[in-house]
Amino acid sequence: MLNKGGNRDTTRLLMDRSVPGRVGVVTPGLDVPAAPLPDAAYLRDDLPLPEVSEPEVVQYFTSLSQLNFSIDTHFYPLGSCTMKYNPKINDEVAFLPGFAGIHPQQPAEQSQGALELLYRLQDFLTEVTGMAATSLATLAGAHGELGGVLMMRAYHLARGDSGRTKMGIPDSAHGTNPASAAMAGFDVVTIPSDADGNTDLVALREIATDDLAGVMITLPSTLGLFDTNILEVCQIVHECGGLVYGDGANMNALLGRAKLGELGFDVCHLNLHKTFSTPHGGGGPGAGPVCCVENLAPYLAAPVVAVNDAGEYSLAEPDQSIGKISGFHGNFGVLVRAYTYIRTLGAAGLLSISGNAVLNANYIMESLKDIYELPYDRTCMHEVVFSADRQRERGVSGLEVAKRLLDYGFHAPTMYFPLIVHEALMIEPTESETMETLDAFIDALRLIDSEATAEPELVQHAPHTTPVSRLDEATAARRPVLRWEAAAD
Amino acid sequence: MVTNFQSHYIPNTIAEQDDLLAAVGLSSVDELFSDIPDDYRNPPLRLPDPMSELEIQRELGEMAGRNRPLASGPSFLGAGSYYHFIPSIVKAVMTRGEFLTAYTPYQPEVSQGTLQVIFEFQTMISALYGMEVANAGMYDGATSLAEAVLMACRVTRRQQVVVSDTVAPAYRQVIATYCQAQGVAIDIVPTADIGANVTEATAGVVAQYPNFYGGLDDLAGLAATAHDDGALLVVSADPLAMGMLKPPGGFGADIVTGEGQPIGIPPSFGGPYLGLFSCKQQYIRQMPSRLVGRTTDTRGRTGYVLTLQTREQHIRRERATSNICTNEALYALASTIYLAAMGRNGLRQVAELCYHKAHYAASAIAGLDGYSLAQSGEFFQEFVVSCPEAPAKINRRLMERNILGGLDVSDRFENGMLLCVTEMNSRQDIDLLVGSLPAAK
Repeated sequence: MLNKGGNRDTTRLLMDRSVPGRVGVVTPGLDVPAAPLPDAAYLRDDLPLPEVSEPEVVQYFTSLSQLNFSIDTHFYPLGSCTMKYNPKINDEVAFLPGFAGIHPQQPAEQSQGALELLYRLQDFLTEVTGMAATSLATLAGAHGELGGVLMMRAYHLARGDSGRTKMGIPDSAHGTNPASAAMAGFDVVTIPSDADGNTDLVALREIATDDLAGVMITLPSTLGLFDTNILEVCQIVHECGGLVYGDGANMNALLGRAKLGELGFDVCHLNLHKTFSTPHGGGGPGAGPVCCVENLAPYLAAPVVAVNDAGEYSLAEPDQSIGKISGFHGNFGVLVRAYTYIRTLGAAGLLSISGNAVLNANYIMESLKDIYELPYDRTCMHEVVFSADRQRERGVSGLEVAKRLLDYGFHAPTMYFPLIVHEALMIEPTESETMETLDAFIDALRLIDSEATAEPELVQHAPHTTPVSRLDEATAARRPVLRWEAAAD
Repeated sequence: MVTNFQSHYIPNTIAEQDDLLAAVGLSSVDELFSDIPDDYRNPPLRLPDPMSELEIQRELGEMAGRNRPLASGPSFLGAGSYYHFIPSIVKAVMTRGEFLTAYTPYQPEVSQGTLQVIFEFQTMISALYGMEVANAGMYDGATSLAEAVLMACRVTRRQQVVVSDTVAPAYRQVIATYCQAQGVAIDIVPTADIGANVTEATAGVVAQYPNFYGGLDDLAGLAATAHDDGALLVVSADPLAMGMLKPPGGFGADIVTGEGQPIGIPPSFGGPYLGLFSCKQQYIRQMPSRLVGRTTDTRGRTGYVLTLQTREQHIRRERATSNICTNEALYALASTIYLAAMGRNGLRQVAELCYHKAHYAASAIAGLDGYSLAQSGEFFQEFVVSCPEAPAKINRRLMERNILGGLDVSDRFENGMLLCVTEMNSRQDIDLLVGSLPAAK
């Protein structure tokens, strides 16, 4: 990468660039008489923000952006994250003044278009999941999980069933599942996977007693597999009085192919920033709507959007709602994007997504399984999990294989997750990549395997071509430097 | 189920799908899904047909057209979401694909752009609030404050908080939602009674600054009250007001959170917004959400990484400080660009514009027959007026002149209306509001 000089040099932070007297914005003059300022006890004497001009701001941040990999610039086969193409029209409509420029508390008569959009999106997501009702108030996947497990808790308590203190969670689950269950006051019990990567039914039966509030299941699992025991799982949990939560992180595989509500799930969340293409933004915003069956609908987070006989839309609070879980009505700008995406694609398009996402993942699996260990040799869903055990024998770890991919211009797969696969490399191509890209990626992984034999040091010390090389994370954690400080004189 | 629909978002043609199927040894896409039990596979999917981009633009444009944008007429509604000026460069830079379509920066070698932005963000938020450390952001102001309450309980190992009744009603509700399964007792009391309710069992005192009704509470007094009994002072503060007001850190607050929307984020019907979260250095290991730290690479070059990750769910699972994963990084970027552009002088100027215009409006309204200010004392850009008739009725009258009035707070103040005036309101707007408040003779 070419080093840049002057303004575009990214090594100097904003405070290093600050020059007294420079301005980045000219503000309008005061057109009313000045009022006396508040008591000095309420006024600040110093505001340590930078003083930089507009061109510097644009040049600095643009130069920073170029240090990133992104979907628009690189293939991003990051398992479980569904890094698909983010359509530009979705951003454009979200920024329309009639959407981006409206106040969350303006009268319902002044926001009927926005409320109707939310109402229709609730219906779309209810239909996709085969559930009965949806709340859009939760702001990310983990936030949806918190809302969903709080609903499970409220449901049991409302029935006077107060002894259900345990939440069963598979050993392959995302870390957010146990963390969300803990925030909802549950003790987490781990459920092992069986030899085929399915839920271990024997172990599940052991915990399926009258203290089990429910289980949190990701389908397809984080192994990229459709759990063929899923109907029995739901049955066993229901028979003991528990509920089944669905983590919708992997819904890209199931669009139009199966509905969680029909399979026996009681409540689930969707990640609109994965399955429904809203941009991930370097770590959010997301949206994690919660969909549920009829019995649980009274407990949904407030608000939901309702419509009356006259066709007027309004915000409503479900009867026994767990309450408000966010400041207003959800991440509206993200919801507009997801609505636009579903409208653009329709039922036929959603089917094409799941079909091509799963097809692309299986193509990668078949093309690499002679070289990379495949712990579960079954048709995979939207992602495939390899192990780098064979490369490890030659002294090259999964992490190093992934870092070497960066040198070839591909983002790394998800590494060391799920935790039950040794040296895991989890690859999710999505439906929005071409065969040419998949082939180039496959070639790179085959080449890295040969490098692991011929020149292991090359792989072990990768990446070599990125803006920085391997960073010292240990020192960063031991002596945290979390903000700019003036250099000592 | 076979579909011949060719979406412009999906490159594979039917012929290419056939090639890929041949490579995996299958003859149809449906066979890929044979693990799904037969009776449950390919359920009917009742959704509308696909649409072209042209049709989408029309449909969404029509729906957007049925909402009243704040810019379409004078608007005086605040109450947690604020209408402020946003320089053009914010959107221009944040929508660059390299920022917009990147994932969470777990691979630091190819995410230095996002990581360095977050480091800048942490620097500016801790400066604004007068605190030692800020994290990479939370979902919004309400959830940020709720997580601060949970953190205060962890830090003090106590299970009771005293919340001022001038904290936004929605924020109090979200605190209750987050605490409902944690056994945390929440006492909501008038600010003046906080001292009488804090005991050695109190984890935190929770206040808002400026408070929901616009006023400035005595944070120094609250800090002393909290600290005397070993509790933390937790404050939710408007970051834009920090352009002129002494920050909570200067009064001794221990955790300062806030809604980042006023600094560079459009109102957008309530989201996406940005939770701000800062605290004293000694509590960093109890903080929720991501932190970015500075370090060096193998060649000695400065770089940035996610750090102290052992607090987080992907490592600590059920013992994590929070379940938060995806937050609002793109809007942390928006706020960072905004603050960089406004800078030391611009932010103070904007805060002062809001202050002076709000005081001009308040004094003009207080001079109207039947109208008065419901509270005495200092305020920033919001204030409650006591009206001579129901605020809902007045608001309908204002809307007939295309003026968006204030929030009806008659549940707390008789015929009370919470008005907000910012730099977006010209003197002409304010004069129009003042002239439209009295009922037609």
